[in-house]
Amino acid sequence: MHEYPLTKQLVKIVVDAAKSHNAAKVSAVRLVLGESSGIIPDSVGMYFDMIAAGTPAEGAKLEIRTVKAEMHCPRCRKDFPRPRFSFACPDCGTLGSPKSLGDEFYVESVLLETEEEEE
Amino acid sequence: MSNKDVEIMENIYSENDRIAERIQKSLHEQGIYAINVMGAPGVGKTSSLIKLIKGLNGVKAYVIEGDIESDIDTKKLKALDIETVQINTGGACHLDGILIENTLNDLGLNEPGVLFIENIGNLVCPAEFNIGENCKMLITTVAEGDDKPYKYPLAFEKAAIILLNKIDLLPYLDFDMDYYIRGIRVLNPNAPIIKVSAKTGAGFDEVCEWIQSRM
Repeated sequence: MHEYPLTKQLVKIVVDAAKSHNAAKVSAVRLVLGESSGIIPDSVGMYFDMIAAGTPAEGAKLEIRTVKAEMHCPRCRKDFPRPRFSFACPDCGTLGSPKSLGDEFYVESVLLETEEEEE
Repeated sequence: MSNKDVEIMENIYSENDRIAERIQKSLHEQGIYAINVMGAPGVGKTSSLIKLIKGLNGVKAYVIEGDIESDIDTKKLKALDIETVQINTGGACHLDGILIENTLNDLGLNEPGVLFIENIGNLVCPAEFNIGENCKMLITTVAEGDDKPYKYPLAFEKAAIILLNKIDLLPYLDFDMDYYIRGIRVLNPNAPIIKVSAKTGAGFDEVCEWIQSRM
């Protein structure tokens, strides 16, 4: 629901990285996004192109890796992928508790175009 | 030209979290305990605050009112001599750190006490942004239905205390209390769940005791 301000923050992180490495252009951004983060990848992609226009990140390829949300079944003592619309363990039906897996929303790395020989 | 892979590992929320930490530190130094009050529109956030502030007799209370539009709630609180500042987000679905930081100066915190930050009526986004609070209080109601923990898990997961308001309406509704509580316990084993009615005042003593024990 609030992808616009968050994507602005994403572009800022990426542009700052380009500046601190004296790179004129960002060719790719690798973003990690958890399935239960509430963030819609397509929406981030749309805003990214708009907000990055005119910055070193313009035209950068946005590579989004999604992380499946997981829950822990207290009875089977196993982790299981969070089913849609339910917390129930697929094996025994006990309600699982959430794990932090699935909440991710961070920039993993960026691919920068830099001058040769530049450190 | 050559390509260079640079590891970043930076959370998108990190700037907001840095601001929130700054706010928290500053409030702590001023002896202020801050509560981020979350809940869907119409759950009785403002009415509950009025009951809580009356119940916290002798504790100085401040309120930041977050609304998309209008100052209706601020007028209600000010009429009761409660120090209140209004934030209108003009459309944004939640409050964030920078909004609160910019507002705190207007509030003129001049003595220790409790600060209630009434978030935008929304059961989704407010849970995702820290705003410098000591804890999150979630207000839900029997009128919203017993399935809310299952549909909006994050707000229930992050709350330190959960109020179930409008309990006086229970006889008129098909609200399955066990189903509701079971859903919360899966997400949040420890938060107290307190049944209240901002209409009759029932249950608020217990909430006030909880707040005072945390201050």
